[in-house]
Amino acid sequence: MALAETLPTEPAPAAKPQGYWSGVGARLIRDPLTLFCSAVILGLILAAIFAPWIGLADPYKGSMIARLKPLGTEGHILGTDEQGRDMLARLIYGGRLTLFIGLMPVVFAFFIGSALGIVAGYVGGLTNTIIMRTVDVFFAFPSVLLAIAISGALGAGIVNSLVSLTIVFVPPITRVAEAVTSGVRALDYIDAARATGADAFTVIRVHVIGNVLSPIFVYATSLTSVCMILAAGLSFLGIGVRPPEPEWGLMLNTLRSAIYVNPWLSALPGVMIFITSLCLNLLSDGLRSAMNVRD
Amino acid sequence: MSAIDHAPDTAGTAPEGPLLVVQDLQKHFPVRGGLLGRTQAKVQAVDGVSFEVSKGETLGIVGESGCGKSTTAKLLIGLTEKDKGDIVFDGQSLGPDLSLKDLRKSVQMVFQDSYATLNPRLTILDSVAFGAKVLGLEDPAGLASKMMDRVGLDPDRFAHRYPHELSGGQRQRVNIARALAMSPRLVVLDEAVSALDKSVEAQVLNLLNDLRAEFGLTYIFISHDLNVVRYISDRILVMYLGEVVEVAPVDSIWAAQAHPYTRSLFSAMPSMDPDNRTKVPPLTGDPPNPINPPSGCRFHTRCRFASEVCKARAPKLAGLSENAAHLVACHLHDPASGHPDAGQGLPS
Repeated sequence: MALAETLPTEPAPAAKPQGYWSGVGARLIRDPLTLFCSAVILGLILAAIFAPWIGLADPYKGSMIARLKPLGTEGHILGTDEQGRDMLARLIYGGRLTLFIGLMPVVFAFFIGSALGIVAGYVGGLTNTIIMRTVDVFFAFPSVLLAIAISGALGAGIVNSLVSLTIVFVPPITRVAEAVTSGVRALDYIDAARATGADAFTVIRVHVIGNVLSPIFVYATSLTSVCMILAAGLSFLGIGVRPPEPEWGLMLNTLRSAIYVNPWLSALPGVMIFITSLCLNLLSDGLRSAMNVRD
Repeated sequence: MSAIDHAPDTAGTAPEGPLLVVQDLQKHFPVRGGLLGRTQAKVQAVDGVSFEVSKGETLGIVGESGCGKSTTAKLLIGLTEKDKGDIVFDGQSLGPDLSLKDLRKSVQMVFQDSYATLNPRLTILDSVAFGAKVLGLEDPAGLASKMMDRVGLDPDRFAHRYPHELSGGQRQRVNIARALAMSPRLVVLDEAVSALDKSVEAQVLNLLNDLRAEFGLTYIFISHDLNVVRYISDRILVMYLGEVVEVAPVDSIWAAQAHPYTRSLFSAMPSMDPDNRTKVPPLTGDPPNPINPPSGCRFHTRCRFASEVCKARAPKLAGLSENAAHLVACHLHDPASGHPDAGQGLPS
């Protein structure tokens, strides 16, 4: 069984040290739809952040004589609302609160849910049972109803909406995180890492998180559109943001009586919600394919 | 120079004693079911396995699928918790004298599936260096590239690659480098070459032999391929349904198998010589279910020589009268067993 001592390094192309994230970036650049959606979301966020400095009208200053002006009115490109306030300014300023309440609960829930799910999935056994059965309790309620119930109990207000929406989104994220983690937990490379004598925290940090975070992240991204709609729904029902703050859901509510007078105008906040959530959904789809290493 | 310049294995408290002693190792996996998830049955994966491994030797473990080879391996490095039994490493018993963490510094494992054992998100260098980082050695990356170089992977070309960019043989070299980067004294190779094609398998086997000599390693080599085991091992241990049926030096077992099961296993090997065709009929039927193993000798349901005593009593592992180093658990070799043909050895 004497064999040549020269070792069989198969001919391979010159090594190009390419990190994981630069690979994701390269794949994203070849995906025009995802790029376009990211541009829209980025534009909305930037507009919302810089709203006070881009020469908009005062979103709180109304005028009794200039109420419900149609789209294209001079001085008010997108018309005015039922109190004569400039719609363009209110839509852009409204983006601040709407995007904030739409994104932050998912961000919070992403951290809490991932932590719970990864611990449950990695440790297993009784810990898993306790965490996952507690989470199951929240699944007994429809998410809209749960958000309304918690918000209603806590009272109206931005912080309370954030809290209630976070609570709504922790269970689904936990469940996804737990499922992905217990799948990874069973793989041989976790056994190999444990065989080095590393403690659970190190194994999770080095070997588990990198392999479970991207599916959880993509799932969380897909929840942002739902969250925005829920947040808008809470405001619409009067248990979220309070007038006169501009917020798309609330604006949709106050303008709904004008639907017979000026239907285009009253649809505008809805159109904004629609565009944002559509872009977020397409973005999460694009991210999912870009973050998949093996194809 | 550094941690990879091993001397032959002379460390430890008992230079003459065996490196590893396994006493009566047992693992029964519960089968849960029903409404409350109660234990309804137990899979007796490993049942009373005992063996010794001397320093610098290679012990080959063979047996059919499901006979408990891999479970034994996982028990040895504590990836699966044992139910019963003692693991004594270099005179120190796991538990009272030796913590699992310390054991894992000295015992490493190479797994069968070279792809699944590498984290797809880590570069080769990071994977190899992980163990050294955990141990807190200085310059883990430098150590890792030295180890990669030693197993035949150019660090400049491979260090920053990902596992899916490598071939099976290269990945298994990475796994070997990872195990060796921990400077172990005992390496458990669980079907480490089974998934490789024949030419790559031979290269990896030669590499393993070289590394053993260079670093003074001791191997436990698990495989189902008898020729591979013969090539690399000093002694062979045969398992059947979670029990050891025969342990013997390679030459001795190759010349004459003492247990009927071992003989069937050897006769199942395709003969390479047309004038010397396989004569003993290979085994028929499947191994019995380890949830409910046969009474007495577990092999009696498939054994041509089984008698009443085989059903009633389990034979003990004992040395042959002509060769005490050749251990077998069979009533045929024990004159006092009560088997009608006892004491005459295995009939042909």
